[in-house]
Amino acid sequence: MANEVLKVEHLEKYYQKKHVLHDINFSISKGEVITLLGPSGSGKSTLIRCLNGLEDFRNGEITFENKKVVPSEKNWQQLRQKIGMVFQSYDLFPNLTVLDNIMLGPTKVQKRNVDEVKKEVDELLKKVDLLDYKDAYPRQLSGGQKQRIAIVRALALHPEFMLFDEVTASLDPEMVRGVLNIIQDLADQDDMTMIIVTHEMNFAQQIADRVLFLKDGSILEDTPGKKFFKDPTTDQAKEFLQSMDF
Amino acid sequence: MAHSGINVLFEGTNFTRLLLGMWTTFKIAAIAIVIGLIIGIILGILRTFHNKLLRFVLRIYLEFFRIVPTVVLLFLFYYILPRQLNLHMPGTQVAMLVFALWVAAEMSDIVRGALISVPIHQRESGLAIGLTRYQLYRYVLVPQAVSLELPATINLITRVIKTTSLLMLISVMDVVNIGQQIVEANNQKYPTGVFWIYGLIFLLYFLIDYPLSWWAGRLEKKRLEQANGE
Amino acid sequence: MSWEIIKQSLPMFQQGFVLTLYLSLVGIIGSAIVGIICSLVQYFKVPILDKILQVYIEISKNTPLLVQLFFLYYAFPAMGIKLSAQLCGIIGLIFLGGSYMAAGFSGGFNGVSKKQVESGKAIGLSNWQLARYVVFPQGFALSIPALAANIIFLIKETSIFTVIAIPELTNTALDLIGLYYNSNEYLFVLVVAYAIILIPLSIILTLLERRVRYGTFGN
Repeated sequence: MANEVLKVEHLEKYYQKKHVLHDINFSISKGEVITLLGPSGSGKSTLIRCLNGLEDFRNGEITFENKKVVPSEKNWQQLRQKIGMVFQSYDLFPNLTVLDNIMLGPTKVQKRNVDEVKKEVDELLKKVDLLDYKDAYPRQLSGGQKQRIAIVRALALHPEFMLFDEVTASLDPEMVRGVLNIIQDLADQDDMTMIIVTHEMNFAQQIADRVLFLKDGSILEDTPGKKFFKDPTTDQAKEFLQSMDF
Repeated sequence: MAHSGINVLFEGTNFTRLLLGMWTTFKIAAIAIVIGLIIGIILGILRTFHNKLLRFVLRIYLEFFRIVPTVVLLFLFYYILPRQLNLHMPGTQVAMLVFALWVAAEMSDIVRGALISVPIHQRESGLAIGLTRYQLYRYVLVPQAVSLELPATINLITRVIKTTSLLMLISVMDVVNIGQQIVEANNQKYPTGVFWIYGLIFLLYFLIDYPLSWWAGRLEKKRLEQANGE
Repeated sequence: MSWEIIKQSLPMFQQGFVLTLYLSLVGIIGSAIVGIICSLVQYFKVPILDKILQVYIEISKNTPLLVQLFFLYYAFPAMGIKLSAQLCGIIGLIFLGGSYMAAGFSGGFNGVSKKQVESGKAIGLSNWQLARYVVFPQGFALSIPALAANIIFLIKETSIFTVIAIPELTNTALDLIGLYYNSNEYLFVLVVAYAIILIPLSIILTLLERRVRYGTFGN
């Protein structure tokens, strides 16, 4: 495929003796949004952590923008600038202000011009309604605010695609919407390529072009979003949707 | 030169004397540690109670033993016990007393730290199922605190063993004191013997302390990995 | 207890006090430098050098200062290396303190959470950048209580210098007791002198510990 951003072939992952991912195969094209669904412990987080080298894997191949990834720490460090990742626990750096948290990657890793980046960051902060918190420290923000900043921190690197690992799972219910809206905007306005692990089923249905359904470390379904929520193929997926009251 | 000096170790009963000195050292440390740990655990538990006066007194006790260097503590007890309290004790007993009180002070702080770091909801859910205060400590808090405090306790033990090298200052016939005597007696015959005598003492201390601190390090590492693995 | 005796001894104690402070200061600074070097080498896992420093750390950590001093002061001359008592004291203190300081710094660096490291990696920071902007600033703050405890420990260890007759505080008191036999008075002054140095430090230590525990960064 011409505009394929990422392709995963025959990926296997073990924790010591435990086989946690079985023969994972899928690809994602530019502008596509995949949601990764499945019961907890099915390996969703492990899978997306493999995609930016935070977990190593035993067999298999990852191809990024038509180039095979040689999994060394040095290569991953280069690639991670193009692959944004946001975590469940936000993990802003407590020793830096909001602005410095965001500026760190663009100015130190990518060595871009400080003033230009600053201007851009202002725009991004305005978009997520947090411009006033520019000089605050992370501990002065609520969970939802921290998570919005964490997203901006990843976006400031101009990533080619984004990984979201249960980003709303530790937020209070009233904070969830704000964070999800930002991700929705990324899909609608910026045509961002994304892989999203989430338990928010309404959101998943709304945003997903495709759903990968994972159970016990295997991909059981790789279906268009509309079809998955109306008419899943496997019994396991049906059961899962039922258990999520869907 | 140096290779002849090593013979001082095998001259007469020198080697056995040094080992016996190490044994004296070791015995004093062991007795002080056992007594000190027991008292320390009790004081540590008492320090988590709400009685303000009790906590204040125990805090002062801890700070006194923390602030005054051990050398000075040894002399304080060595000179003051017999003169002020008319309590005549041999150096070995003074040393055991001082070390036991010091271990108790340090241990009380380790135990208290471990107990208060057990999450509050553990305490509350213990109380919620109707445990008495004794049961709460016995079944919930102390078992959780033990794994937290074990590395620190082992490290304290290594410190006590190292500090026993000070025993010679109050005339206990410990390994350093015996070493010094051997050096003086053999200085003419073996001018480089001093290197070997103190080298051996150095090694003996290392052989006792290294396994202990290795163990503590391993436990600590395991705990860190567990905390990170969550 | 006689105040007259105490008063007469004060000038001598004053000299001991100054010497204790001086030797402590030099020893602490030296130890901190050795400690930083060791912890950096271990953090970046510099090949060979980290193994060598690990051997040094184990030896330093697991042997008593008194025996280290005896070795420097009595055994080295037999090998043809003669050092003054004060120099032996300083070298011994730095030899001992270096491993304690290294443990303090390393503890802080290792205490930085794995998630912080991952989120640094996720924005593409190199190993060095990760250390410079994330691990060191946070790790240093985390290591402050251990460093402060080491400072107090090292000051107290200078009392052992008395065994090689360096006229610091403890040695001054023991000399006076040997000469005039007024042990109550001299020991009293000795304890007070250490308290003057160590109580303020101990209070600062408690405050720092509290600050770090509540995770106060910035401001």
